Amino acid sequence: MAAAEKQAVTGAGPFNGLLTWIDQRFPLMETWRSHLSEYYAPKNFNFWYYFGSLALFVLVIQIVTGIFLTMNYKPDAAQAFASVEYIMREVPWGWWIRYMHSTGASFFFICVYLHMFRAMLYGSYRGPRELLWIFGMLIFLCLMAEAFFGYLLPWGQMSYWGAQVIVNLFDAIPVIGPDLAIWIRGDFVVSDATLNRFFAYHVIAVPLALLALVVAHLLALHEVGSSNPDGVEIKNVKDPKTGRPLDGIPFHPYYTVKDTFGVVVFLIVFSMVVFFAPDAGGYFLEHNNFIPADPLKTPAHIAPVWYFTPYYSILRATTDEFVLWVLVPGVVAFALLLIGSMKKSAARIAVGVIAIALLPWLDRSPVRSIRYKGPITKTALTLFVIVFFVLGYLGTESVSEGRTLAAQVGTAVYFLFFFLMPWYSKMDKCLPEPERVTSR
Amino acid sequence: MSDQSKVNGRRRSLVIASACAGGVSAVATAVPFAASMLPSERAEALGAPVEADIGQLNPGEKMTVEWRGQPVWILHRTQEMLEEIKRTDGKVADPKSERKKGELTPEYARNEYRSIKPDYLVVVGICSHLGCSPQDKFKPGPEAFESQWTGGFYCPCHGSLFDLAGRVYKNKPAPDNLKVPPYTYLSDTRILIGEDKKRA
Repeated sequence: MAAAEKQAVTGAGPFNGLLTWIDQRFPLMETWRSHLSEYYAPKNFNFWYYFGSLALFVLVIQIVTGIFLTMNYKPDAAQAFASVEYIMREVPWGWWIRYMHSTGASFFFICVYLHMFRAMLYGSYRGPRELLWIFGMLIFLCLMAEAFFGYLLPWGQMSYWGAQVIVNLFDAIPVIGPDLAIWIRGDFVVSDATLNRFFAYHVIAVPLALLALVVAHLLALHEVGSSNPDGVEIKNVKDPKTGRPLDGIPFHPYYTVKDTFGVVVFLIVFSMVVFFAPDAGGYFLEHNNFIPADPLKTPAHIAPVWYFTPYYSILRATTDEFVLWVLVPGVVAFALLLIGSMKKSAARIAVGVIAIALLPWLDRSPVRSIRYKGPITKTALTLFVIVFFVLGYLGTESVSEGRTLAAQVGTAVYFLFFFLMPWYSKMDKCLPEPERVTSR
Repeated sequence: MSDQSKVNGRRRSLVIASACAGGVSAVATAVPFAASMLPSERAEALGAPVEADIGQLNPGEKMTVEWRGQPVWILHRTQEMLEEIKRTDGKVADPKSERKKGELTPEYARNEYRSIKPDYLVVVGICSHLGCSPQDKFKPGPEAFESQWTGGFYCPCHGSLFDLAGRVYKNKPAPDNLKVPPYTYLSDTRILIGEDKKRA
């Protein structure tokens, strides 16, 4: 579009001249309108819809505090631990910046887990939002990588042995494993070389990918439009004159105000943790990590930070016997059943491993929202949440025969939730969806 | 018309050829970047052998020396400990050290006690599962992780168990026995870890 054809910014305002000048050179107002003032979101968002914008807010906190931490941190095995202590004790307000960053990491996961649970509750991942969900999953992967790389940097005992355990996961890959693990570490054990490269990943490589994915996530969201607690499309019922969804309200000012309120409440809770309980009883900052890394001595009790514990439990539960008798038959049966029930394209099965990213294709319920789903789905989701917490708890504890068995049962339930979804979601007795969104 | 398609065809071939050339150079450029992540010359050089003096090590005691940044344990086993090892034969996954022979157990340690001299066990104290360093649990008796424990090592990370010869218990996360490093006796009280007679 030629610049001259663009409309001048109208209305009374001291900056209209400037805005028109910019608009003729850059699509400022157009972007503002399409993503904020004329982006129509369903009017019935509830509590659960706070966590997307809060996650974005925490991302900003992490980036800002991270920039200031790098001003004093030294990515060197001989100096890293001491430089973190230096930030904590001698840099003015250093403790505050560092506690914001460490607490922010945990709150990032809290927000993202609740955000994901929201999607599971209301079927936000269902078509046409599959790609939106997949971008979200990639963000989650980046976030886990970011947390993992960042956790090595303080160079405490838990940093060191946590990295040792995770890098050794690659060592178990047949044939290329050992060389791959050496390549990842840059040494035969976790060492200065490893710390230095993890620093590079943590401060530049992963954040860049994360930001790009967040942009893609938002663009995809604004392309398909937001879902809502009723799981019905607001685009189906439009005002015949304006063409705007009848149940939609402009994101700005309605949801910018709502989300600002969310940020205020969030900051109250966040500050209470930062100021009064930054280690959250050993869950946000593990006590063993206040001991410098010692490559010759593994701490007596080793556990990852809370947000990784459910997966850590699953890892510990998969002994040879469990893989042989439960996991392998389970995956094979799942694949066979899926082939039998789909028949359309065998290629769909190829992707049948990364369970959660596949939710859009596993859920075959006629309705999206939990409000209209039947008792089987409600029970399954409840069980899934319980198992997630139980696995999370078990991951923080040391192993015993009983706990391993519990973790194995939990792991089985965790996977069955996904693997059986194509059937139970279809056979469940659902309520009819309303035509338009309800206000409850 | 045919001229047009000829030109288009040629243009197409050119586009494909340049895309291929560009792709090959892009991949070739990635190689040095990936290679820069391998262990540096300095890290490679640090793998030199180390010497340990076991003269002061009493029966039942263990010492740790650092070799290639890893803990190497030297355990002076008592007569009772050696007896226990015979009793765990049925519980361990690889009693005769037959898996990954060359890598995990040098030829001179491929025996009941996995050592050159039965009294002294020399192993890398890194769990074969995910690289944690197991703890000493030498005292036999019931334990939370094993009701009929006969002494050995317990990995706090994922609960793998090893007997007093570093052999892994069956059905535990760890797949293999603890690694016996290459080593040799320089004298009765001095061990060289990281090199054996074969190479020396």
